[in-house]
Amino acid sequence: MEMEKVIEVKQLSKRFGNFTAVDAITFDVYKGEIFGFLGANGAGKTTAMRMLSGLSVPSSGEAKVAGFDVYRQTELIKRHIGYMSQRFSLYEDLTVRENIRFYAGIYGMSDAFIRDKTASLLQQLHMEAEAGKLVKSLPLGWKQKLAFSVAIFHEPQIVFLDEPTGGVDPVTRREFWNLIYEAAASGITVFVTTHYMDEAEYCSRVSIMVDGRMDALGTPAELKKQFDAASMDEVFLRLARKAVRTAD
Amino acid sequence: MFFKTIIMQSGNRRQLNNGHVSVADIVMTYGKPNAAVQALQGINFEVKPGELFGIIGPDGAGKTSLFRILTTLLLPTGGRAEVGGFDVVKDYQAIRNSVGYMPGRFSLYPDLTVAENLAFFATIFNTSISENYDLIKDIYLQIEPFRNRRAGQLSGGMKQKLALSCALIHRPSVLFLDEPTTGVDAVSRREFWEMLRRLKAQGITILVSTPYMDEAGLCERVALLQNGRMLGIDTPAGITASFGKLLLAVRNENMLPLLKLLKSFEEVEEAYPFGEYHHVVLKQGSEKDLRARLKAAGMEAEVITAVPGIEDCFMDLMKN
Repeated sequence: MEMEKVIEVKQLSKRFGNFTAVDAITFDVYKGEIFGFLGANGAGKTTAMRMLSGLSVPSSGEAKVAGFDVYRQTELIKRHIGYMSQRFSLYEDLTVRENIRFYAGIYGMSDAFIRDKTASLLQQLHMEAEAGKLVKSLPLGWKQKLAFSVAIFHEPQIVFLDEPTGGVDPVTRREFWNLIYEAAASGITVFVTTHYMDEAEYCSRVSIMVDGRMDALGTPAELKKQFDAASMDEVFLRLARKAVRTAD
Repeated sequence: MFFKTIIMQSGNRRQLNNGHVSVADIVMTYGKPNAAVQALQGINFEVKPGELFGIIGPDGAGKTSLFRILTTLLLPTGGRAEVGGFDVVKDYQAIRNSVGYMPGRFSLYPDLTVAENLAFFATIFNTSISENYDLIKDIYLQIEPFRNRRAGQLSGGMKQKLALSCALIHRPSVLFLDEPTTGVDAVSRREFWEMLRRLKAQGITILVSTPYMDEAGLCERVALLQNGRMLGIDTPAGITASFGKLLLAVRNENMLPLLKLLKSFEEVEEAYPFGEYHHVVLKQGSEKDLRARLKAAGMEAEVITAVPGIEDCFMDLMKN
């Protein structure tokens, strides 16, 4: 069976003046995959993610996200993806229900859809009693689960998660990965960055960026074999230490 | 402003006797009595002079509140704490003169240059860059090429190095680093810890907080903090040695169904993903029993004994 490509990237580059932030990266991401996007600070991850989410126009190369072109169809891309980061997710001064309503409204969901789905979502998250509470009053772990659910509320084809688990306790971190697995099993493609190397093991495939290039791509098992390493941590260190440029 | 206060008090230059830190029954409560948040609920620990001491805990554990109390920036609701033999409430001036503090959020002057920030901090502590240059040389050399750049224009890694240089320029007896490695990649994190080890060799007491459990092993002793309570305090080896239960690592080709199956066994106390394996805590039985049990359920898997890490212990302590 031919796997369906939801992200197709060919020779994609981004230059700022004479600095090449992303240097001709080529890769595909398949439907329902958990795609780990790793790299040291300054390796070009954020720039690449901004291009793939329609926020930054590439300097050269080609890319399609959810079937849409990253040069000409950025608005369509934005409608068909979800995004969540640890830093920015929910409005603290809005209630749980208001946050859901707000994000769903931004994505143009109908009132009926929002009403029905909000009810089932609150039930699924066991948060019916909290629907009217301000988000800032929730424990961090709940906020995170809610943020993720809000990011995929409009049923996007792809969800981009930018360091979603930073600073979270180890139990909540694993509960969060459970949600990621469920989303992937339901057909949503998950594109995730992380600094936790054990989480790299949970991905279907992992890519590692070094100095704007994509220096490694494969399943965790393949990469460990290729780099003759015992763990993903070792693979990462081996590659990232080669970096000439740094975040500095 | 904190720093303005220091300038006004610079006539009083009592120094700490040593780098000893002691914390007794510290409580920190925020908000009104009817809707109070208990950030710290009776914390006790001691840090020996020259020790590299880690406070390990997730966001919201109370790490920053604790550091702000010890650096005299926040008055505790209850309890006592001393830094270098001085009380954090009564003797705050003496403490401010001789501790270094690097907050989690970048707090230097963004519109001053790298060199100006460093000179500023040296001046308010009545010292000069040249006097203590040997202490910061390794770190400062890496940002020296950008000495005329404004601090606000620096990258994350450079800001961190500048902040550390500024926190060290008065040769503090105790250095407080609040989450210096959060959001930093694995390679840079290692480099930062190597820097800390070199500083420790100079005799400075270092208290460092981190949400990354894997960094616990780089400290001499660690305190595990969760929801304002101390879960444990010991050497990293002492903490992992006290795990006290059989921990197994299990894997096969179908990790998700495997995890569900493991969780369904009544003899399994806990089963959770751990890198390329699942970790399994058994209530009873052995490695062999679990292997046989999996086989009987139609799922062959590799089952080996695992050495508990800080993260295993943290999760165990969180639950019990």
